[in-house]
Amino acid sequence: MATTAEGFDAPTAAGTTHGGDHGDDHHMPGFFARWFMSTNHKDIGTLYLIFAIIAGIIGGAISGIMRLELAEPGIQYLFWWAGASEGDIAAAGHMWNVFITAHGLIMVFFMVMPAMIGGFGNWFVPLMIGAPDMAFPRMNNISFWLTVVGFLSLLFSMFVPGSGGMGAGVGWTVYAPLSTTGSPGPAVDFAIFSLHLAGAGSILGATNFITTIFNMRAPGMTLHKMPLFVWSVLVTAFLLLLALPVLAAAITMLLTDRNFGTTFFDPAGGGDPVLYQHLFWFFGHPEVYIMILPGFGMISQIVATFSRKPVFGYLAMAYAMVAIGVVGFVVWAHHMYTVGLDVNTKMYFTAATMVIAVPTGVKIFSWIATMWGGSIEFKSPMVWALGFIFLFTVGGVTGVVLANGGIDDNLHDTYYVIAHFHYVLSMGAVFSLFAGFYYWFPKMSGRMHSEFLSHLHFWVFFIGVNVIFFPQHFLGMDGMPRRIPDYPEAFAFWNMVSSYGYAIMAASMAIFFVNLAYAFTAGRKAENNPWGEGATTLEWTLTSPPPFHQFETLPVIEDHHDYHDHRPATA
Amino acid sequence: MGQAFARMKFGVLAMMAAVLTVASPQMAIAQDAAEADFAAAAQVTEAAAEAAPEAGGYTPMAPTPGKGMPVHFDDDPVQSMTFQDQYTADGAYALAMHDWLLMPVITAISLFVLGLLFYVGIRFNRRANPVPSKTTHNTLIEVIWTIVPVIILVVIAVPSITLLARQYETPPADAITIKAVGYQWYWGYEYPDHDVEIISNMLDEEESQASGEPFQLAVDNRMVVPVGVPLRIQTTAADVIHAFAVPSLWFKQDAVPGRLNERMLVIDEPGVYYGQCSELCGALHGFMPIAVEAVPMEQFEAWVATQGGSMPSAEEVADADAAEESESEAEPAA
Repeated sequence: MATTAEGFDAPTAAGTTHGGDHGDDHHMPGFFARWFMSTNHKDIGTLYLIFAIIAGIIGGAISGIMRLELAEPGIQYLFWWAGASEGDIAAAGHMWNVFITAHGLIMVFFMVMPAMIGGFGNWFVPLMIGAPDMAFPRMNNISFWLTVVGFLSLLFSMFVPGSGGMGAGVGWTVYAPLSTTGSPGPAVDFAIFSLHLAGAGSILGATNFITTIFNMRAPGMTLHKMPLFVWSVLVTAFLLLLALPVLAAAITMLLTDRNFGTTFFDPAGGGDPVLYQHLFWFFGHPEVYIMILPGFGMISQIVATFSRKPVFGYLAMAYAMVAIGVVGFVVWAHHMYTVGLDVNTKMYFTAATMVIAVPTGVKIFSWIATMWGGSIEFKSPMVWALGFIFLFTVGGVTGVVLANGGIDDNLHDTYYVIAHFHYVLSMGAVFSLFAGFYYWFPKMSGRMHSEFLSHLHFWVFFIGVNVIFFPQHFLGMDGMPRRIPDYPEAFAFWNMVSSYGYAIMAASMAIFFVNLAYAFTAGRKAENNPWGEGATTLEWTLTSPPPFHQFETLPVIEDHHDYHDHRPATA
Repeated sequence: MGQAFARMKFGVLAMMAAVLTVASPQMAIAQDAAEADFAAAAQVTEAAAEAAPEAGGYTPMAPTPGKGMPVHFDDDPVQSMTFQDQYTADGAYALAMHDWLLMPVITAISLFVLGLLFYVGIRFNRRANPVPSKTTHNTLIEVIWTIVPVIILVVIAVPSITLLARQYETPPADAITIKAVGYQWYWGYEYPDHDVEIISNMLDEEESQASGEPFQLAVDNRMVVPVGVPLRIQTTAADVIHAFAVPSLWFKQDAVPGRLNERMLVIDEPGVYYGQCSELCGALHGFMPIAVEAVPMEQFEAWVATQGGSMPSAEEVADADAAEESESEAEPAA
């Protein structure tokens, strides 16, 4: 048990387990210490995933309330939710704003980010680079618990007074002056504080990932041999590190404007509301790449695995992500085309935004080229990855439409924008999350999920989200504004269709949970590598689930002059 | 309950109809029904308009159904899936750019990717191609799929930049200034050249039915403007950010406290053009619509008179012209 190649047999040697052998020299902590004071990257990853699933259920339920309300014209349920008398439109309207705010913040900060970076990042970055754990295990723990406390602060904000009712009704963008002079009461303070906590957690997490990836790669694992998922998390970590402090500054200024008499965003004292928007979107645009880049990484791993073929154009794929990250910092004002930018500014942001389509196109075509000539097996992760590639393309091309400042004059703040960003997030990011989940679930749990249920989940979810969001393009073009609880009769039909789509999507989530329950109760035990010869990254050389501590003897990655094969050389 | 069920059933049928309609835009039955609806609505409107007191030759204009407002699927399935008809030159340009350049390009790209996915799925699945190739590089194809998107984007950028330049043309000095001020939750319209100030609130459901206008778009006092002449639309807000938006005029401009945004607007045809506040502004954000009524100049003069205002004198207009000349001398580049 001391040789270098120990524990890293090629997947063909599956059956002889190595994990158990390690168990004897580890002290496995008790339940409380293990889950509440964890310093183990895999346990923390699991905590993040469970947390993201809970947050996703809450955020998804809120969108259900929203789609139910919008199913037909008139206000039906909001009076009840607000605890207001029938006809109290202001209370209902405020309640609506609280729902849209909570939905947005939960899905962005407490579902997608924790799942992608906290969950899969924590689990698989150390495994893929051949490291025993993250660089700063205790900091990893505090990152997670800060996120949890942030979430609690956000939930708490819904039950303390805001303007015109309980909760913060300011939208996930928290624009001043609606969020300052426009919203008395502590609700908005709690919502802002929630972002501080989640943001602090993410900054700590980002430093941890950067340090881990730069310093803890196994011998021979050069940067240009890292799996693309690790590349994607590295780029994401840099985006987090550079973008989140700007958000923290902006929302701290909101807090002082609200509570301590400053006027950063108040024209009465020489401030400017548009300054807040610049700061917010300087964070907010990189944020959308933070949410999608790890997804890109996962899709690359999955497509290569199930095509039994190395990723096409590895270096172009890695540097396309770097390019997307860099350009992502200089396009923020395309979220602000209608605030009154001057014409040159608008022309610049139009051109810069369109540039992003180029590296994104490189990625889409490289995934297809990876499949080209491959030997594709349509396992559950692969169908989700294929769904991702198509739906992300659809979301991407509507982004090219919106990039045009002159065209955006009509579409800005309409349902077209909602459709666009749900195609890239609720279908892009979420499809990649499910792809990654089904890809790594056997590794994480040691159990196989049902392929049938996974495929069924895919098809029902695929139909559901398209029925929800495709008609929203029509609503937006026809002129329906975002963030309204009720709408003119003319928008009734497509809203109804969209609400039916929600029901289909919700049914698919039931299938997902049945599948989970099946896997944990009756699922077959997973082999070290259930996906076959295409799965070449290091995590597949370990047992399923991996030992509590892995890689106590570091694997050595031989120089194959090969960008795709991350396995150590077999003797 | 029964009604709701019938509606749902109809909805499903209508959705199927929509699918058919995309393939063949001639849906005579639906069209006829829609026209009948429109005619009925128009009659109500005319009656309402006649009932309105005539003062100084100005009568509020009856909206034309389907013009300047969103279109319901039942009235016109195709129209309900795309932009409203445009009534400004820039709007027409933007719409044409969308319909004839952006739409074909994005549809082609999406279908191309979908086609490739189907092709590789069929041609390179495990059964069809048991032994995978080892190809991981092909410089030529990588250069192609980088350069071709760049070319497509440049083709898009040309009309896009042109459109921006058109939208930002400076209004002439004699343009009529209208300042739209967003309040929580209504609009105020100030006409500094005419000494007119109006407040515009949403009509409730009964009132809008009575006036034959769409509920949640209809207002008590419309922003009345002359048709065919340059308007200088300024927007600002008194409390939080609002956005002045009229989809059928391809016009959206935020109303930001402490700022005065300005944009030229020339409306081609008389008509009533509806919009809604388009920036989250609090509890009643969804209930502060915008209605712009474009009328011939004489009508506008009459309207100004009914509001107790006056048209600017010839002297003032001459001053404005002089200002414009000196401006253009000072800034020949503009």
